[in-house]
Amino acid sequence: MKQLLSRIYITGAAALVLLASCHKSDSAPAPTYYEGGDQMARPAINTAFVDAAAKDSFNATIPSQMASRFTTKFKSKLLGLNPGYTTNALGLTADQFTGVLVTDVLNVSTTGKTTFFDGTNVLTGRTLADDVIDVELKLIFGGPAGTSNATLTSDYVNANDKAFLSSFPYLASPW
Amino acid sequence: MKKTKVIVAAAVCLAIGGSILWAADHIDAPAVTGQATDITDFYAFAGSNSGNLVLVANTQGLLAPSATGVAKFDANTLVEINIDNNGDNVEDLVIQALYDGAAMKFYGPIAPSATGTKSKLEGSITAQVAVTPYTTGTPVTATGTNGMTVFAGPRDDPFFFDLNQFKKIIAGTATSFNNPGTDAFAGTNVLSIVVEVPKTLLNPPASGKINAWLETKKKI
Repeated sequence: MKQLLSRIYITGAAALVLLASCHKSDSAPAPTYYEGGDQMARPAINTAFVDAAAKDSFNATIPSQMASRFTTKFKSKLLGLNPGYTTNALGLTADQFTGVLVTDVLNVSTTGKTTFFDGTNVLTGRTLADDVIDVELKLIFGGPAGTSNATLTSDYVNANDKAFLSSFPYLASPW
Repeated sequence: MKKTKVIVAAAVCLAIGGSILWAADHIDAPAVTGQATDITDFYAFAGSNSGNLVLVANTQGLLAPSATGVAKFDANTLVEINIDNNGDNVEDLVIQALYDGAAMKFYGPIAPSATGTKSKLEGSITAQVAVTPYTTGTPVTATGTNGMTVFAGPRDDPFFFDLNQFKKIIAGTATSFNNPGTDAFAGTNVLSIVVEVPKTLLNPPASGKINAWLETKKKI
């Protein structure tokens, strides 16, 4: 009797374990992963500072590894664009400016004014109205005072073709 | 002499070839040009309620009006905003958006289970909104239980640049911009995702300084 009971008990316990593991494997499907694609932070950085051959590679590089992989390339590109580069309106040398640009993240302030550059606030966000092209042209070509190479430091397109909205979703209605 | 050298150098450095299109992430990467993953722009700015931060992720740019009605988000493309709030350029939080064929579903802000180029959906849906059709006048918006307000749909491309004159400069056929310039993006649309999130949900440090970047990823 005892033997029979213990056999039933063991079988029952084994069955429960079996059922439990069956239930476990049914309940959790494998997650779906996503990878590859595009990456962006500051406007026009991959465009202006990365060679054609390296653009896909830059896109696949996580920001924390951009400096170690691309600093030399970014500096050469900056000096290739403007061989006369000394410093810019932010007072940055080629090395310092490269250092800022190569880790391609958008710096944002959650406390102060958000803007790409308004003459006072530097890299605290990017608003829809910020003329980021002029800012970048001036910082690359404008020299220490921002006034050198005047024909290259503005594209003279200073505003969007439609007014932005003052409330969500802020972007103008489509054409 | 110096100027010629600049332009020649620029032409050599930036000679990309035919497909010079797109917006502020333009001429950017051959692998993504023309696809649903192609990012045009990323914006981050304080909301009309200054307690909130607005994040804008634009894709599929240079949509003519005739092409906008048929442009669609892609259900196999994950749009991911990365937030670094401790200054190490590694994401501490993500906000994700995935299209399901009719609505855009949003996840986060939430700490991702792993950082880097490979992602999966994190946590539960925190907000969702029907994609605003092209012909609908008033934008469709929704606010999730975490206070995050969301929108997805076509909008006027907010980017502005005389890209065509820029192309001439780097090709060596022009030496300067024109005044006034001509906005190559005037009259064009993009597919836009707009998120307005309470700043507290981003766990900013006392300095208020965070870093953000945008990725699009394909289902693998």
